[in-house]
Amino acid sequence: MNANLRRNWLLQGVVSLGECGLFFVAVAGAVPKSLRYWRELCRQVWFVGAMSLVIVMTCGLFVGMVLALQLFNTLSIFGATSELGTAVALSLFRELGPVVTALLVAGRAGTAVTAEIGLMRATDQLDAMSMMAVDPLAYVAAPRFLAGIIAMPLLACVFNAMGIFGGHLVGVTWLGLDNGTFWGNMTSTVMLQRDILDGVYKSIVFGGVVSLIAVFQGYTAPPTSEGVAYSTTRTVVFSSIVILAFDFVMTAFMT
Amino acid sequence: MNPRPSYAIGTGLFILLGFAALAYLATQTTSVANIHSGDSYIVKARFQNIGQLKERAPVKIAGVRIGDVQSIQLEPQRMDALVLLSISKKYNEIPDDSSAAIFTSGLLGDQYVGIEPGGSPTFLKNGDEMVLTQSAMSIENLIGKFLVNGGPKSSSGSSAPASSAPPSSGKP
Repeated sequence: MNANLRRNWLLQGVVSLGECGLFFVAVAGAVPKSLRYWRELCRQVWFVGAMSLVIVMTCGLFVGMVLALQLFNTLSIFGATSELGTAVALSLFRELGPVVTALLVAGRAGTAVTAEIGLMRATDQLDAMSMMAVDPLAYVAAPRFLAGIIAMPLLACVFNAMGIFGGHLVGVTWLGLDNGTFWGNMTSTVMLQRDILDGVYKSIVFGGVVSLIAVFQGYTAPPTSEGVAYSTTRTVVFSSIVILAFDFVMTAFMT
Repeated sequence: MNPRPSYAIGTGLFILLGFAALAYLATQTTSVANIHSGDSYIVKARFQNIGQLKERAPVKIAGVRIGDVQSIQLEPQRMDALVLLSISKKYNEIPDDSSAAIFTSGLLGDQYVGIEPGGSPTFLKNGDEMVLTQSAMSIENLIGKFLVNGGPKSSSGSSAPASSAPPSSGKP
């Protein structure tokens, strides 16, 4: 029966979705217990967040710069280059900041988490923890899950700030727009609740989704070197799909 | 079992940096005027046609933003749009015979409510209604009028007999 079930890829997808849902419930249940291991949580925030800063800041800068360059060409057709700051800020805050940050973190931190937990599983470290009455869900899974939720919105804010800086660099310093117009139109249009906080909410959800997928894939990785490799790949693939799908759904609800 | 201090310091610095970025975005890329302040009063205005006016559009006197549009709804009996303007308490000396009109900022910009001050010695209070209003200019109406009145030959569109609804309403 089980083998028959595994052969059907559609059923298998539904089964692993269900397993992931149950795993989410188990991890969420282990969160209160994991607060005892706050040092581990601190270390994971450092690993997911602080170690991703360089890539997030670099990418944010370049995304802001290319946005300004592209939008400048389009807006100048309509003689509306004064709205460049608004356009860059809104694209970053609402879409690109949360989404690109989530994709970067899935690639940089999610893969590492999957490989780490997968190797823990393969070398029986998780079982050893259970033997020592340390719940691996509380000590390994929950801190990494929480760290994603904490780190992602902060990273997205850093990304946005760097993007604005990059847009300013291109728009004002290079293309010669007026500095006051750039900031004035931006500040008169961007709203804290509607634009900035909605982006933050998005990235909180993305953080939870990415770290859940990474931890789940590591937890269920087949205990072989090949299995860990496949699981790491699946983390990136599934995270990217889910991030973009959730982004569409959340945008539809927010606007 | 102390953690290596670099973790703790790095985590702390990262969280500080993240919140600093959020504070920077919240204060530098938005304006305080957008946040609805509690100190405001409501003035009603009725328009026959509000065009593309939206909620939270600015309300201006002489081009200076003094408040925003709080709500727009249709009044079923009179079939006109009741617009509630939320005006900052700072500007509480607007004469009560002032007129409100819907303008467009720039050629393609957003629409806003412009208030033309009157000369009355009494001022608008909370809940008052502005009687003199002028609807949004509708490009379609203007073009329609221009076409009906015969284009370039007799281009005196304004003095021709009214072939379509005039854009002004509520004027006594």
